[in-house]
Amino acid sequence: MTAVIRVKDVVFSYGGPVVLEDVHLDVEDGEFLGVVGPNAGGKSTLLRLMLGLLEPTAGSIEVGGREPSEGSRAIGYVPQYPPFARDFPITVEQTVLLGRLGTAHVIGGYSRGDRDIAARVMTETEILNIRNRRLNTLSGGQLQRVLLARALACEPKILMLDEPTANIDARMESDIFALLRQLNQRATIIVVSHDIGFISQYVRRVACVNRTLICHSTLAIDGKVIQDLYGGDVHMVEHAHA
Amino acid sequence: MEFFQALTQHAFLQHALLGGLLASIGCGVMGSYVVVKRIGFLAGGIAHAVLGGMGAAFFFGAEPMYGALIAAIIVALLIGWVTLGWRQQEDTLISAMWAVGMAAGILFISQTPGYQIDLMTYLFGNILLVTSKDLWLMMALDVVLLLLVMLFYRQFLAVAFDEEFARLRGVPVALFYMLLLCLVAVSVVLLIQIVGLILVIALLTLPAAIALHYVQTIGRMMIVATFLGALFCVSGLAVSYQPDLPAGATIILVAGVAYLLSTVLSSLRQRHRARAITSR
Ligand SMILES: Nc1ncnc2c1ncn2[C@@H]1O[C@H](COP(=O)(O)OP(=O)(O)O)[C@@H](O)[C@H]1O
Ligand SMILES: [Mg+2]
Repeated sequence: MTAVIRVKDVVFSYGGPVVLEDVHLDVEDGEFLGVVGPNAGGKSTLLRLMLGLLEPTAGSIEVGGREPSEGSRAIGYVPQYPPFARDFPITVEQTVLLGRLGTAHVIGGYSRGDRDIAARVMTETEILNIRNRRLNTLSGGQLQRVLLARALACEPKILMLDEPTANIDARMESDIFALLRQLNQRATIIVVSHDIGFISQYVRRVACVNRTLICHSTLAIDGKVIQDLYGGDVHMVEHAHA
Repeated sequence: MEFFQALTQHAFLQHALLGGLLASIGCGVMGSYVVVKRIGFLAGGIAHAVLGGMGAAFFFGAEPMYGALIAAIIVALLIGWVTLGWRQQEDTLISAMWAVGMAAGILFISQTPGYQIDLMTYLFGNILLVTSKDLWLMMALDVVLLLLVMLFYRQFLAVAFDEEFARLRGVPVALFYMLLLCLVAVSVVLLIQIVGLILVIALLTLPAAIALHYVQTIGRMMIVATFLGALFCVSGLAVSYQPDLPAGATIILVAGVAYLLSTVLSSLRQRHRARAITSR
């Protein structure tokens, strides 16, 4: 197994207190990794460092053996808080097509191939029927699928999702994770979640982030681990591992 | 009606009309970006600071419109550089350039004999003074603008919609942001001919803001906004002609009233739709 992402001795602060400290993480090719931890623990920050959107204060990060800012072309990213205005005049299909940017020619419109790929990923995420809707007419769950489709349109080797199911109902959450499990056959997946119990059905390994990072096999998660991570009283719910 | 009769007789009116139509292209296309990217204040800064360049050109006996074009591009690059580097102090720095540019312009103009007439023309425009030379310049600017927007439509859309995602896809975001601001500067210069630099910002944003009430995509928004801009220019010109009102101000008032009506109409429509859904 080879590491597609290597995070070594990373320290990061936004200028104030240290947000991440001594973070080591090797993400293996083809892995399905869960990232969990308390609010403000630094999960989103860690993803943004791997994407090259932030620079580590100390330490180094490699994506596919390259600098994150170059390697990030191989990553499809679904942000926790999309930075765009919801009332922007853009359709679902146009949003998904943006994932094709930077793949081929610079000048002019999208190619036939780009449109085919967009249609394929919209089918996969079950949004083909709303392709002509404007973004501000979508529900939270639909928007989340559009963002996933945009990330898939990049044809990524690595898929990074930051709390993709935070604002949607439980059934749709299962749907999305079932889709991710399927996508894992062609891409490495890193998914941030607040729900350690739920994602441990899907992932083989979780990285627990709370300023520092500790990895656990999902088989080894017990009340002690969770209590150390979250620091409070947490109830264990029994569940089966895949 | 008298206006349309006069139109067939007077070359200056034909020039005015053509000028209004050429300016509408800039106002529709770049105005749409200004509205969706919410950079109205920034565009206002460019428009006002341009007086510095016009004043300098006037003082040194050059063509004021070329002075305006050069100044607009320089100010756009400065403002772009400031917003990319010092986002926290963006407001302050744009306000400063806004005022300093105007102050420089006023000083230059005050030191040039015969300034009283020209200052008002720069500030509030005079569509009736558009010459055929101006029209050629406007046409050239429109061609450059349309060409760039068509060639890099996807990149401009990505940068306007989601800069972060654009950066991840390897789009040189800073470059396209700067280019976008330069094209905004070009449309400001186009519109200064028609309504003057104080009123530019209204003609840049109102048609696009109205269009946004009715369209699904930014491409349609540009087309609708261009038509609306043309409609406002022509009707403002026609209304102002007989009672001899200032054309620029009339055009802006027509646009303002249309915006108000459209806002009321679309919010009524939304409420109606919401009621239709809940009563189903
Ligand atoms: N843009 C920012 N500027 C300053 N501080 C930030 C910024 N983003 C996040 N932080 C801080 O960094 C810490 C980690 O945040 P984040 O990575 O978003 O945590 P998580 O995703 O685990 O909830 C928090 O204390 C948060 O307040
Ligand atoms: Mg987060």
